[in-house]
Amino acid sequence: MAVTEPSSVQDVREGLEGAGYLAGESAALVAYLATRLGKPVLVEGPAGVGKTELAKALSRYLDRTLVRLQCYEGLDEAKALYEWNYRKQLLRIQAGGESGWDDVQDDIFNDEFLLERPLMQAIASAEPVVLLIDEIDKTDQEFEAMLLELLSDFQITIPELGQVAATTMPVVVLTSNNSRELTEALKRRCLYLWLDYPELEREMEIVRMHAPELPEALARRMVEVVRMVRSLDLKKPPSIAESIDWARTLLLMGAEDIDRETFEQSMSIIVKHRTDIDLVAERVGVKLADSVRPQA
Amino acid sequence: MPTPYGHRPETGPPGLAPKLLAFCEELRSEGVAVGTSEILDAFAALEQVPWESRDDFREALAATIAKSQEDRRLFELLFDRWFFRTAEAEAIEREIAEGGRRHEGAERLDIDELREQIRDAIVEGDDGEMRDLARLAIAAFGRQGEGSGVVGVDVQRIRRTLGLSAGQAPADDGAAELPPIDREQLNAFERHLRRELERDLIERTSTLPPARPLAELDRALPTSPTQDLAAVHRAVSQMKRRLATLGHEQRGRRKGRTVDVRRTMRASLETGGVPLRLRHRPKRPRRPEIYVLCDVSTSVTSASVFFLSVLHALHDSFRKLRSFVFIERISEVTEIFEHERDFREIAARISSEGGVADVSGYTDYGRVWLEFLGEISEDLDPRSTVIVLGDARTNGREPHAEVFAQVAERAGRLFWLNPEPKLYWNYGDSVMAAYERYCDGAFECWTTRHLETFVNVVAGGVPAAD
Repeated sequence: MAVTEPSSVQDVREGLEGAGYLAGESAALVAYLATRLGKPVLVEGPAGVGKTELAKALSRYLDRTLVRLQCYEGLDEAKALYEWNYRKQLLRIQAGGESGWDDVQDDIFNDEFLLERPLMQAIASAEPVVLLIDEIDKTDQEFEAMLLELLSDFQITIPELGQVAATTMPVVVLTSNNSRELTEALKRRCLYLWLDYPELEREMEIVRMHAPELPEALARRMVEVVRMVRSLDLKKPPSIAESIDWARTLLLMGAEDIDRETFEQSMSIIVKHRTDIDLVAERVGVKLADSVRPQA
Repeated sequence: MPTPYGHRPETGPPGLAPKLLAFCEELRSEGVAVGTSEILDAFAALEQVPWESRDDFREALAATIAKSQEDRRLFELLFDRWFFRTAEAEAIEREIAEGGRRHEGAERLDIDELREQIRDAIVEGDDGEMRDLARLAIAAFGRQGEGSGVVGVDVQRIRRTLGLSAGQAPADDGAAELPPIDREQLNAFERHLRRELERDLIERTSTLPPARPLAELDRALPTSPTQDLAAVHRAVSQMKRRLATLGHEQRGRRKGRTVDVRRTMRASLETGGVPLRLRHRPKRPRRPEIYVLCDVSTSVTSASVFFLSVLHALHDSFRKLRSFVFIERISEVTEIFEHERDFREIAARISSEGGVADVSGYTDYGRVWLEFLGEISEDLDPRSTVIVLGDARTNGREPHAEVFAQVAERAGRLFWLNPEPKLYWNYGDSVMAAYERYCDGAFECWTTRHLETFVNVVAGGVPAAD
């Protein structure tokens, strides 16, 4: 299978679109730079603007396998890098019987007894991959420090084996919800991309891409309402994924316009906190009634 | 070489590289950390993008140089200014002026028509179009001789004459209702106006005004109370994570673990009966118990909104938290915070039914300690942390530091956050010193940055810089 190699920003944008992701100006450019320069990309932005999706779309577009490491509090090397399969080692020792200690020692510390975890997988893979390190801000700083060797040199040091260097250059995407400040050292090694909620037009395109049957006028109206909701001070503003869900819901409901009734019935798709629901009903619901009634 | 134009701006050696370096230097002077590796990256990135596209050029630079949202904001501000100035400097250097051609066609323009066009361009959001129209507008006004010479004043004057304002325009004399103008778009148009006026000025005088460092106002991220609230929540959730993980992991990992014999034996079956791996009884992590006392009197009015938002955030993060507000007497408000999620609602309820509506409205710290000790002294133990938010201004009443000392003794840790700068501590009726010596730590705290410092110190990390 031929590996896709983009030759311009335009290529990347079209490629991503082909993979079902409408990239903004900066997203396409940074993705392009990442493939050309071989530098990891750090993507930050509010929840639900398509940070993870960007990595997935990249893997589809570049025709590479996606290796994903989901970060969480307390994630350690054994789960991220590699682990020795000590049970198998033990078996080897017992089965070896008479052979000398030196033989055994050489034997049990080789690839056969190594359990590869995502980061190791990405490095050791024969085919180039896309490595997604998701929600890096959930881990602690110690883990970040561990990543540095991988991110700058694409290699991992295993004390018993020495250095394992990447044979193929992975495209690395790190995402962060900005819940804590990442260290300078990590940022220094990455290209930085801030993803925000898209412009009205682009969000409309995204919605219509995922719900093509939705008439344009309704899609516009819907995105306008979603933006109105986002502009309120909510605990959790609606994400793009939720706009898409809402679009599909409206289709199912057979709605022709978003009036107050439709809105109140389907509001729970985009607003998910009790206090938020009250606030939205109070602010947005009222506006809808005003503007829709004359037509209805 | 002397020039007929007076002060000639320094252009440095020709070529892009020195200009880019100078730009990075300027970024550094504004506090963006641009390392050599970033500059190298920037050059590598620029080799990959076409330079004709201003957007691509800028994005490529930004992706390699500006590594946070705040950096990005500064970058945008400086990028525009720097390349604008460099281009203008170059123009003066080479004596390029647009001269007469500049406002061609302005004479033929009717103001109403211009107004219409500008409005359309703003609604459309077309950058190039807006720029051209901005120039036409300036020309039209220049003709009327209305220029005041001050860029900022002219911008507003032109905007008013054109009848541009954000929001729905009043539909006049039965004309078709005009589409509302987005504030963002209007700002963009004003930026173009400003830029073109500056260009005019530079061309007339053939000098560049000296570059000024960005004002604090420009640098700060746009803030509103709600955004502050979000920042407070972030700092507190960081505190929670730090308190929950860092503390225990290092303190009690090896020490005091007990071997679980039953599980060890069971695990040993896998390895042929050799107990290769010891199994331990899981250690129950201790729940941090936190008591927060918050001063809500008039002397800390400005800070109390901030403090209440800190409280609000704490309640979001910690389940074993009891909070109290006090002025002259103390009153527990844990319930209000637990049952009400909306911050404004909480603030309203505390002020109405917090039970602290005292007679005098003056803080009485001494009495507060007595009551606090009396009410919950049994519950305090070495595992609990007490945090006091207040200015320690007793209004001349008895501070009862010895009672405070008892509280400090019973509680495991006691911290004081003071909304006043350290400079003002112990001046006037502030008795901070009397209390400070019993605290495990006293901090000044009136911005989220201070709060982060506090979080770092409490969590055992390093104190934040400055």
